[in-house]
Amino acid sequence: MPTTIPLDWYLMLSAVLFVTGVIGVITRRNAIIIFMSLELMLNAVNLTMVSFSAYNGSIGGQMFVFFIMAVAAAEAAVGLAIVLALFRNKQTVYVDEVNVMKW
Amino acid sequence: MDMHVLLFALFAVGAVASAVLTVTRRNPVASAMSLVAHFFMLSGLYLTLEAQFVAAVQVLVYAGAIMVLVVFVVMLLNLGNEHKLLERSSLRTVMGTLIAALFAVQVIITLLAHPTGVNALSPQAVTIGTTESIGQTLFTTYLFPFEAVSLLLLAALIGSVILAKRHVK
Repeated sequence: MPTTIPLDWYLMLSAVLFVTGVIGVITRRNAIIIFMSLELMLNAVNLTMVSFSAYNGSIGGQMFVFFIMAVAAAEAAVGLAIVLALFRNKQTVYVDEVNVMKW
Repeated sequence: MDMHVLLFALFAVGAVASAVLTVTRRNPVASAMSLVAHFFMLSGLYLTLEAQFVAAVQVLVYAGAIMVLVVFVVMLLNLGNEHKLLERSSLRTVMGTLIAALFAVQVIITLLAHPTGVNALSPQAVTIGTTESIGQTLFTTYLFPFEAVSLLLLAALIGSVILAKRHVK
């Protein structure tokens, strides 16, 4: 075991977290859980940004994390409003039951 | 063993475990609670990277604001009917999962060769993570993106109100 943590460990961890989010988006049917998996992916990228910023000694990465968080908050508000509107019109939140635009 | 490595291992295992729970739980509320735990683990990881302000904002914004919104919608929709929650696995989802897992394996194999060559935190890491330095940079160099983000949030606010309204005429 080394006494300090190499940058690669953080990158590997965030790759694993990102892929967990991707698998969630691909396999789940519930729109809200797909939404939470999206948040997992955004957070994995944030971890990459912060670790590059800390190991490089540059503040740009942490600035980007704030902008990503703002976009995630906006996405959460609009996304959940869409889920609500979907439930009101179709009485379902399962994405495979919403196929009006499929032909 | 070094304290730093121990903390990293603890938070990393916690983060992966709670992420896996988030995508595998059948009940959306259990998923949401695992995701809150995941956000706390990530906050701990940010602290091991000396990014104090990001760690605090992570808990406030993600675990506080966004997850409250998600749990509120889950409660509002009241998704019962347990048998309808079962997932159907098709060839498409199995292939997608395999390809995604392959991607993770590829990244890990690449990183095992230690291509970055960086082993320790930068000496400036302690100073750049503080509230003072974040605030100073945010309101000087990144002032324009900061203002643009406020417009984005306004658009999201109006959009969600319009979308969630009962009768759109």
